[in-house]
This record gives sequence, structure tokens and C-alpha cells, in this order.
Amino acid sequence: MSSSDRHGTRLDPWFDSYAARAHNMRASEIRALFAVASRPEVVSLAGGMPYIGGLPLDELSEMSRRLILEQGEIALQYGGGQGDEGLREQITGVMALEGINAHPDDVVVTTGSQQAVDLVSTVFLDPGDVVVAEAPSYVGALGVFRAHEADVVHVPMDADGLIPEELDRTLGELAAAGRRVKFVYTVPNFHNPGGVTLIEERRPRIVEICKRHGVLILEDNPYGLLGFDREPLPAMRSMSEEGVIYLGSFSKTFAPGYRVGWAVAPHAVREKLVLASEAAILSPSNASQLAIRTYLENFDWQGQIKKFQVQYRERRDAMIQALEEHLPEATWNVPDGGFYVWVKLPEGLNAKTMLPRAVTARVAYVSGTAFYADGQGADHMRLSYCYPTPERIREGVRRLASVVDAEMETVKIFGVSGGADGDAVDFPSPDLA
Amino acid sequence: MNVLVLAGGLSHERDVSIRSGRRVQEALRASGAKVTLQDVDSGLIPALQKLGDDGVVWPMLHGSSGEDGSLQGLLELLDVPYVGTRAHEARVAWVKSVAKAVLEHESIPTPEYVTLPQSLFREVGAEQVMDAIVGKLGLPLAVKPARGGSALGVSIVTNRADLNRALVHCFAYDVTALIEKAVSGTEVAVSVLGTGDDAVALPPVEIAVDGPYDYDARYNPGRVEYFAPARLSDDDIATVSDAAVAVHRELRLRDLSRVDIILDEDGAPQVLDINITPGLTETSLYPQAIAASNENLAEVYARVAQGALNRHSTRDS
Repeated sequence: MSSSDRHGTRLDPWFDSYAARAHNMRASEIRALFAVASRPEVVSLAGGMPYIGGLPLDELSEMSRRLILEQGEIALQYGGGQGDEGLREQITGVMALEGINAHPDDVVVTTGSQQAVDLVSTVFLDPGDVVVAEAPSYVGALGVFRAHEADVVHVPMDADGLIPEELDRTLGELAAAGRRVKFVYTVPNFHNPGGVTLIEERRPRIVEICKRHGVLILEDNPYGLLGFDREPLPAMRSMSEEGVIYLGSFSKTFAPGYRVGWAVAPHAVREKLVLASEAAILSPSNASQLAIRTYLENFDWQGQIKKFQVQYRERRDAMIQALEEHLPEATWNVPDGGFYVWVKLPEGLNAKTMLPRAVTARVAYVSGTAFYADGQGADHMRLSYCYPTPERIREGVRRLASVVDAEMETVKIFGVSGGADGDAVDFPSPDLA
Repeated sequence: MNVLVLAGGLSHERDVSIRSGRRVQEALRASGAKVTLQDVDSGLIPALQKLGDDGVVWPMLHGSSGEDGSLQGLLELLDVPYVGTRAHEARVAWVKSVAKAVLEHESIPTPEYVTLPQSLFREVGAEQVMDAIVGKLGLPLAVKPARGGSALGVSIVTNRADLNRALVHCFAYDVTALIEKAVSGTEVAVSVLGTGDDAVALPPVEIAVDGPYDYDARYNPGRVEYFAPARLSDDDIATVSDAAVAVHRELRLRDLSRVDIILDEDGAPQVLDINITPGLTETSLYPQAIAASNENLAEVYARVAQGALNRHSTRDS
């Protein structure tokens, strides 16, 4: 055999065995850059991590101890596929705050609402199906849709959230083109990453449009109770029990470490979600569910949410003031709840190619490209104010301003931005989602 | 033997460094050494002070502060035995243009290049400078940050119009760009083991890649097919091996290095890059070269660490 006939190694004996969709799951340069975001020297405005330091950790520690002591035989055992009945009942109480009238039997407990997005996708999406989502949209959901080989079509938002006329037009065009749209995925409150909220008068219109086009709504609502200035708006699920699958979560209002979320779905859909969940994980964690149940029973959880609202509001204010002071050439929205400010960079800058410079300057953000399925978004970045203290937020924005200045100079010299990609979605690691 | 593997740091290559560090830790443990992984933070000096007489440091940091001689300088200041190249030589190897100047002086082939800071493009006029670069070096070109690794910030430019974008990408990583003639031929990585006259080349690993050998290709198995040893004649293997050992010796590197070479169409071994802390991850080239030499990874790493420890104690005696 001549040397040119030899076979080398691709360092992965299973490379030819992967499903086609797995070839898109690749470690990216951008993802590698985030490795430094966990170092204390770096001000991370990237992660959507709640401020766990604001929780009464001593009391929660005692709660966990007693939970195992008194209910260990249940907490450490398998549970039912649909989730703990007591917790499901409490969840109906949580949802009532946003106008949802549901029965505990309607609720499916999931491993974070992320698993619920995955289950809904498993139940509904065939390769090539279309999911309509806001532009921009939540990166973690885009990853799920991509893993199910669905095409995402974005519909624009404005300051009042998803634009009904644009949704109507897009659904019409997709139907005319013979595309199968399975659902409209939306984060109506304090959008991730957009920061905006779908105003009340648009909600019934969105419900009506989707009903008219025969398309489900997947209403993902992790932030609804984290508004700063007003009572929660009614969920779209409260307007249509048959047309909306509603997703909720304790990750932002309590703690993501328990990984407990839920779905509320029309009866037949719910049955399939339970079966799909059992196939995937058998049952959600009993220990986590009982911990949440105990927390809801024994703690002033609504008082805790109010404390979070005050803390997050202070951080939002710090970020907005810092942006006004240090980055006046950029534009942004002022969110009235949630975790995120969506910043439009000065003309010509590319958030993705600027990131290494930011990491060198010890500040991190998520490039807007992560929040689109089609390569848009390079002119935006998402800044999170939930985790760093107000002082760190101010320092982070100050560093960011110097990064923007330096990148502006480079772009001016060469007359182009560095972005060459209209391509890949950059999936950040879970703590950044 | 008590080995403190330093991994992490604050460079763009933190992720790769941690992955390499874990692999070194695992291999050294298999050889029976006591191994601790340590980041470069305020815990570093206390950890160094606790090392003891049988302690040795293995710096597995990539990028600035790990490869630019800073960390090695600190280790020398504290008189701690360590694996790898000394501070002074690390500084020379780290700046690509300085290392290339040494190679040229020693008549070791390396692609024609120019090193330019961003400020020069601003002061003189970017378009004119770019025209001059293409006029002199032609196309295609490789645009790289003057300092750094893992192909971060690197672009191959085949059209003049793409040069602007490649430079913006590069300057996001470093204030200075190294622009060199992109040479075609057979790409090999030659791992060198040892120090001075004892340095030997391990079997060259050939990199057959679909598209550029960029970050994606390096760290996601699949796009690259590696051949170890390379599909070259014995003479060509000797040519690239000799070139790598010459680089290692001329730059006075110690213990391990990896020299990336393209054997060009005229059979000249064009040196592209020199790594004083070669990556040791699951997909890295150095461990593949060790495997191709029929050596055991754990034994090789243990020998390297023991050698560094002995070197230090011999010097003291």
C-alpha cells in the first residue's frame, strides 16, 4: 500500500455514525471566549443568572435538611411522570396571578421550562416544519428548534412587543408558500433578549390571528412576575385554553438549581407531553419538586419576588445610567422588568467580532447573533443586569465603552466590520442562556 | 513526585488550557504522581509555597501570561522547578515576528511576512498599506494576531477585498498583525521532546483538512484527518523533523514544543508557528505524536516532569 492510500484518524471513531443534526453541534470560537467570563476579574454582563445571593440561604439550608429527614423516602424516590400533585396544585395558584384558571391535572412538571420547550418540539416538529418566533428570540429555544431540524422564521417586535400585523402577514405568506407552521413561540413578558413586553391590547389580537391561521401559541413566561412598576399582565393562556401551551418556571422567581418548570397544555396535547417526558426522563426530580413545594408552603415567596423586583430594578437603573453616561452613541430599550437590556451598537460595529476585544478588557456580553436563527443580530448585544452588583455593572459598562471606542476606530480605519458570518447560531453555555 | 499543573488563566485560550491541564493531570496521576490543578489567581503563590522538595510545576497555560514568559518569570523569581521553556526564551518565541527573525537569521525557511500595528494603518492610510502588502506578498495571505494561539483571530485571505475584514478580525485579538504569504503544500505538526542536544522530533503528524485549519477544525473532531506519521517519504520526514529540532534548539526551547510546518512544493520546510506550550487536549497534535512513537503518554509526561525536577536539584547541588 502506498503512503497516499493510508487512512488517518478523525479522532472520533463515531464521526460517520452521527445523525445529520449532530454535525451542527460544534464547539465554537465564541463559546470558548466565554470560558473567562466565570473569572472574578471579568464583569459578566452575559449571563442570565438570577441573583441567588438575594435568597435566605440559611433558611433554605434548614429546609433542605428537614426535607430529607422528614420526607426522604419520597424525595429520593422516583415520582410520577406528570409531576407531584401537590406541587401542580400550587402551580395553579402561581398562574392565577397572571389570570390563568387551570386545574392541577392540566399541569405537567418539567426539568426547567427548557425541557418543556423540548417536549413540545418533540411532540409537534418534523424536520422542515416552521416555528415562528420573535426577532430576536430566546437562544435556548432556538437551539431546541434547530435540534429538531425545524426552520425558524422571525417576526419583528417593536417597543410594544410582537407586532400583530407582521405576524398575520408572515403566517399568511408561509401558508401561501405551502409551509407547515406548527406554533408561534413567544416570550411575552420582559423578553429575552429584547427586554420588551407585549402590551395588553395586543394579546387578544395575537390569540385571534393564531386561531385564524390554525397555529398554536407556545407562551414562554419565566419573567412575568418580575415587573418593576406594575401588576402582571394577563397571560394569553387566560384568553385561550385550546390555542395556547403555556410554560412557566421557578428558575427566575426562585432558583434555577432545582430545575423545575412546567407546561400547561390543552388536554390531548398534555397527554402526549407526559408520555414524551416519561420517555425522556421517566419523572422529574422528586427532591426538587418537594423542595419547591416546601418553599411555596413555608416561605413568603411573593415577598421574596418583591425583594427581587427591588434588587433588579436597582441594577437596571445602574445599567441604564451607565449606558447614558458611557455609551451615548448606542441605543437601547429601558425594560420595566426581567433581566435584559438589548443594546443597538453604533453603526458599523459587529458585536460578535468585537467580543475578543471585550474579553481582553475583562467584560463579557452576548452577541445579538445568538438570538437569531438566520445570522442577523450582529448590530446588537444583550446585556444582563441580574447578577452583578450595581457597582460592577457600572464598571462593566465603562469597560464596554472603551471596547466600543477601540472597535470603532478599527472599523473606521478599514471601512468594514469584522463580521464575515451570516451563518451560525452561537449557542452559549447554560449559564449564559 | 508532586506536580502542580497550572491551567486556566485569563487569556482567550482559557478553555483550551483547562482541557489540556486536565489531560496532563490524568496522565500524570496514572503514572503515580500526586497532581493538583491550579488556576492562575490569588491561590497560586500559596500553592507554590506548599509544593515541597519533590514538587514541580507544569505550566499548561496558553496565550498571554502563560506563554509570553510572565509566568515563567514568576516561577524563576520564586525558584520553583518547572516544565518548559524559560522566561527569556518564552518571550522571544511568543512574539511571532521576533521568532521568525531568529529563524531567518539561522536560515530556517519561514514564509515571507510583514508585521504591522493597527496604528500604522491609521496613520499612513489603510488601503495604501494593504495594496503594498498584496503587491509584495501576493495572494493568498494568512493574517494572524502577532501573539496568540489556537488559530484565534486567524484568517486566510484569497481576495484583496477580504483583507480589510480579516484585519478587523485580527485586531480584535491583538494590536499587531502578522501577515504572511500563505504557502501551499503538506501541513505537518512536528512535536519535539527534550532539551538542547537531547531534543528529538516525534513522528510528524500530517493535517489533512477540509477548509481552513481554524478553531472549529482544531477542536471539533471530524473535519480534519490526521496522519501520524505523515504520508511523506523518509527524506521528507527527515527534512521536517530536522527543521523542527533546529527551531527548538535555536530558540533554546526546553522539554516540549510543537513546530507547525508546511512542506512546500519545492520541498522546503516552511515554519509557520512555534508553540512552547503545545495543546495537550484530546484532539491535540502532541499526544498523537507520542502515540505514533509507540510511547506511553503517562510515562512520557512523568519523564518530562521528573526531568524538570532533577534539572532544578542538579543546579542546586
